[in-house]
Order: sequence, then C-alpha cells, then structure tokens
Amino acid sequence: MKFLCVDCDEQMQFAERQEPGDGTFAAAFRCPGCGRSVALLANPFETRLVSSLGVKIGGRTLDAQPLEQVRATVRGREDAFVDDGNREAGSGERPTPAWSPDAKERLARVPGFVRGMVKRIYADYAAERGIAEITPAVMDRARSELGLEEM
Amino acid sequence: MSFRTYRDVTGPDASRVLDQVGAQRARVRDRLATVRRVVAVMSGKGGVGKSFVTAALARLGAARWLERVGVLDADLRSPTVARLLGAAGPLRVTDAGVHPAVGAAGVRVISTEFLLETGRPLAWREPEAEQFVWRGTLEVGVLREFLGDVWWGDLELLLVDLPPGADGVADLRDLVPEMTGALGVTIPTDEARQSVARALRAATEAGIRLLGIIENMAGYQCGECGRPGPLFPGDAGPALAAEFGVPLLARIPFLAGAHEPVFEADAQARVFEVLG
Repeated sequence: MKFLCVDCDEQMQFAERQEPGDGTFAAAFRCPGCGRSVALLANPFETRLVSSLGVKIGGRTLDAQPLEQVRATVRGREDAFVDDGNREAGSGERPTPAWSPDAKERLARVPGFVRGMVKRIYADYAAERGIAEITPAVMDRARSELGLEEM
Repeated sequence: MSFRTYRDVTGPDASRVLDQVGAQRARVRDRLATVRRVVAVMSGKGGVGKSFVTAALARLGAARWLERVGVLDADLRSPTVARLLGAAGPLRVTDAGVHPAVGAAGVRVISTEFLLETGRPLAWREPEAEQFVWRGTLEVGVLREFLGDVWWGDLELLLVDLPPGADGVADLRDLVPEMTGALGVTIPTDEARQSVARALRAATEAGIRLLGIIENMAGYQCGECGRPGPLFPGDAGPALAAEFGVPLLARIPFLAGAHEPVFEADAQARVFEVLG
C-alpha cells in the first residue's frame, strides 16, 4: 500500500502509528513535498485482517519473537510457556532496564500465555533507546510504535 | 485526475509487506535447513487413525535415527498425536526458539495440545465477529510458526500430521517447497477410498510426491489367540496404491488394547525404503 500526494505527485512517507481507542488503528503519512499529512484509520476487523498475515503495518522495527503470532492471537493456557529468565530481561550487551512498580503491575495483568514475550519486547524497546526505567508511559509508546495491537 | 500505477511510484511500500512475508519464508527455510526429510501424513477422511499411524512412524524413525525425529501436529483444532507420544508442556522459550516437548522414544513434538486449556477448543482473541474471514490465514500462520520458530535441531525426519481434508497439504507445500513427500493413510472401506483419493489428488496437483499408502484397521487381530478376522469391507489400501502408482507400505490390523499400530518387519523395510 502506498499513499500518493495528488497535488505534489509525490509518495507520502510513513510518519507514525497510534491506537486512539475503540480498537481503531491509525497510521499517519506525510508528503515530503508539501508537508501535508493524512491518516489511515482501520477498524478492529480491518486491523486483524492485515495482522493475520503476521506483518506489521508501518514495517517491523524489532526482530520477530518465537511463536509471536501464535502467542498474540490464540486464547492459550496461562502456563503454556516458560520463558528463559535472561531472555525476558532483554537481548544484547546493553544495560537491562528497570521496571517501575506501576509498569510491573500492568505487566502482571497481561495474560500468562503472552507475558514473557511482551516483557522481552518492552525490555528490548527500552534498551535500544537508552531508557533506564520502563514505565506505563514507555509501554504505551512501545505499543504504539511497535504495533503491539494484539498484546 | 490521473494516477500512476503502484509500480510507477517507485518508493518502497512503507510497511514493506512483501519483505516481511519474504522474511517469514526465510525463517522457515533457515530453521528446516537442519531437517533432512519433511513428510506429511495425510488422509481425506477423519477417523482412519492417521495420528495413531504418525505416532508409530515417529517411534520407528526414532529407533532408527537415534531420536532425531520430530512430529508437527498440524491438526490444530483436534490435536491428538502429542498424547499418543506422551509429550507434554510447558514449552521452554529461549533465544534459539521454542523448544519442542519430548515424547516417547525421544520424539520432539509441537502441537496446539500444549497451548490450549484441557478440553477447550482452539479459539482466537478479539475481535470475535466475522472470524471466518481471517481464521484460515491465522491457521496457516500457526503452521508457519510451528515450522520456523520451533527449535527442531538436527532431524532426520519431521513428520507433519495433517488434519483430515485436502487443504492442509497444499498449505504445507507453500511453506516448505522442498518437502520430501506425503504418506496417505486410509481404512479399507470404499467411502474412505473415495475421500482419501480426493486428498491425494489434491496433493499430486500441488506437485507433492506421494510416497505410499498405509491401510489402517485392515481386519482385526484377536488379542488372545492372535487370529485375524475381518473388520471393514473393502480394499482401499491396495486400490489407492494402484490408482496412484505408489507402494502399499503396510496393512495394519486393529489390535484391541494396543497403544500403537504394529508395523511388521517387511512393512518397516518398505517405509524406510521410500523415506530414503
């Protein structure tokens, strides 16, 4: 899918993605010529249709996690997976970010079927950006930027 | 107002969807690089004992190849092969991938059996409306991730236990173009023959090599005296083998109380001959 600025005849560039509420998925595109922005709004049904392909609208920024689509879409049992402790903390040589009490509480509400993977994704997101502490605000930003609609 | 075509606008699609799909396929290809044979076990008809046969083949393979055998249960909605092999979760996740459960004879197993609450059907998270539109795509996604995200390690044989019907084998072929082939499982009846023939035809039309036919429940064997007797009318096994020009690998009698079908020595030899 490409967006074309009709006035400039230029391809618009992906700018950002958001979940403004009620299951809506929004992706903004900006014309590099005139600066005009447009937003693509998808209802939950349309969003699922695309995500069922296992692709991310706006592109993928982090590596795929093992059984990522399965864990994000199946109603699974709480104890289906045992995520390696070191793995959950994040990957690479970067310092492991800390979790604020509020963020820990929010993470605890994530279904066990997907929790270990979600924890890893947030940790990687924070570490890559040099964020020392993961807070609910950081989690919101990561959800929006990484396309974690189902998680 | 006139528009250029999609290809005329030469900048990349912001989502790079094709690249993402290509990466998914590469993930499967890379993962299976250490798997020597990928063989589908299929039948057009349910209730023929396909999973039962799959489990027995896996045990045979594990004995021959020192446990380097895996089973992927592609019957996502009605998984049974994991229990037949005594494999259980939870599944360990490391940077190498999701580690399969290990069942009887060291067979590595992945199945939705490990993911679902006992007695609960396969169900998807929201939205619940109009699920028929994307359910099939999600199921292929599960199959793709079972192939590409499970740490199979070095395997001589990966058996894929397909659900009844003709669709699954073509999906598997799309994901694993270099798959070794498919084994057809039937029972003797003419109804089974018709149904299995349709599925095998779908497989050949998808370019899949048929390796042979296994007829299950070909009579029964008395558990006490060992004498054989008739169970179902028909000769679907030999008939399908002749129709498709493939070997009849085994005719397995029903044995009351048996936990797995028995492959006689000559049947075992035929199976390993076609597997190579």
